[in-house]
Amino acid sequence: MTSQDIDATDVLERVKTGVKAFDDLVMGGLPRARTTVVGGTPGCGKTVFATQFLAYGITTYGEHGVLVTFEEPPRDIEANMRGFGWDLGKWRRDGALAFVDASPSASDELVIGDFDLAGLLARIQHAVKTVGAKRVVLDSLTQLFDHFIGDPKILRRELFHISTALKKMGLTVLMTAERNSEYGEITRHRLEEFVADNVVILRNVLHREKRRRTIEVLKMRGSHHAEGEAPFTLLAHQGMVAIPLSSLRLEQQSSMVRVTSGNPAIDEMCGGGFFRDSVTLVSGATGTGKTLLVTNFLAGGVAAGEKAILFGYEESKGQLFRNASGWGVDFARMEEEGKLKIICLYPEAQGLPDHLLTIQSLVDEFQPNRIAVDSLSALERIAPDTGFREFLISLTSFIKKREIAGLCTATSKSLIGGESVSEQHISTLTDSIILLRYIQEQEAMHRGLIVLKMRGSEHAKEIRRFSIDSKGMHLGEPFKDAPNVFTGPDSEYLR
Amino acid sequence: MTGSLLRLYIAGDSTSSRRAEQNLDRLRALLKTDTWTVEVIDVLANPERAEQAAILATPTLSYEHSGRARRIVGDLSDTKRVLEFLGIEPKGGGA
Repeated sequence: MTSQDIDATDVLERVKTGVKAFDDLVMGGLPRARTTVVGGTPGCGKTVFATQFLAYGITTYGEHGVLVTFEEPPRDIEANMRGFGWDLGKWRRDGALAFVDASPSASDELVIGDFDLAGLLARIQHAVKTVGAKRVVLDSLTQLFDHFIGDPKILRRELFHISTALKKMGLTVLMTAERNSEYGEITRHRLEEFVADNVVILRNVLHREKRRRTIEVLKMRGSHHAEGEAPFTLLAHQGMVAIPLSSLRLEQQSSMVRVTSGNPAIDEMCGGGFFRDSVTLVSGATGTGKTLLVTNFLAGGVAAGEKAILFGYEESKGQLFRNASGWGVDFARMEEEGKLKIICLYPEAQGLPDHLLTIQSLVDEFQPNRIAVDSLSALERIAPDTGFREFLISLTSFIKKREIAGLCTATSKSLIGGESVSEQHISTLTDSIILLRYIQEQEAMHRGLIVLKMRGSEHAKEIRRFSIDSKGMHLGEPFKDAPNVFTGPDSEYLR
Repeated sequence: MTGSLLRLYIAGDSTSSRRAEQNLDRLRALLKTDTWTVEVIDVLANPERAEQAAILATPTLSYEHSGRARRIVGDLSDTKRVLEFLGIEPKGGGA
């Protein structure tokens, strides 16, 4: 198969990289028999991505691979990649993978006069034939440039030649190259200009003391790709896991099945309960009863024969159990019966993409009918703005796709009225919003509850007084002359 | 210096490879020595030899003397620098 044959077809055959969300971004994978340059600063995950591309080919498609290494010797790479669950040594012994070791050697070397890289190309082609490879990785070209530092022109010419020769053999080639900065020239030595059909950028940006890793498709010759940076994370035993964002569409089914909120009075206010595949936001200042609503939501589900899962980011498991028993709910027994799972994590323990993946994998494992997250505000603390928005989009669409009922809490900053940043972000993404507010009435402070929004359903419009005791939450009469629960004094919204 | 081994890795009959062979012949004539063994290896015909020696570029002249191997990449056009790098004094004086 020559490159001409492949160019003649309208649709380029795709080679899956094993990073699913990335493959979605590039319409199914990297084009076969093309060269892709993956650029990134040191430590951005280039080698992991490149190795995953080979590993996935070997394990999933039986497509053998060749890894040309310019930086580390093969034994170091084998050791480094073991943590991601890839046994390169075994594949090498089985003849599924061949290394071309072009790492720096101990010999003294001098360049005098013109030269070419026919030696390297001959070794790569020999390795390709030996294992019958379909995928080739060169990691990293920058090291090769540093090796022949005085002759960048010769190297450009030679790399172009190598890229062309490998494509003619029908090989899908991935080359990595280093970048000096996260936003700036695409790669050092401007490699991409002469060898690459496609350019992919990995970033590792420090923002507000948090690392944010993203992958972006910069160029894809002759085909479409999604634009924008998709966040990713590096996980033990899995490698690189990207999170689909721009490819997400509003394709969730909308169910009319109602489930209980765990409190009959609130069910009534909502017009008969929450929808089964909806996400509800409970927002309120500290101490207004958000965690109690979460507790009711979980207990109500379990009482109705459902399975429930809670992700707590503010309180320890012990505290949550104590709170619940204070309201007459026995979390410990529900967990023993396998009806409930409670996971408490420090928000700071990992980045938001990792939190999302933790939630997804536990939900897939436990298969709950309802999920609660307490609180989003705690998670918001650790992420830059765009990261948090992306997290919310992914989380809410995940919950809806699984057709489970979701309840999230957000803490408003001021005690009376006010809205939190989470509210601004999430209010359009959630189906229902319940506000819990402190409301002053003459000399006393009361708590009030209002159902602000209930997508696709009628709901009560009044602000209901409520109290909390050892049995839980009790809704009382509506306030008669309630002050504004929002910030602005002249809002007509609740009249 | 007896028994020294020089290996020249070339790629078929590319221009730079041919030039390197010619330059090496000239060098041997200059040095007036027959005690050197020169092996020319074509990496296109013997890629596994290139693999063993970890050759990237061609032509590469490898001088496997005692201690560290010394390598010169390129067509060996600058005779003086080649000799300096290999640490060889031409017979009959001054470099």
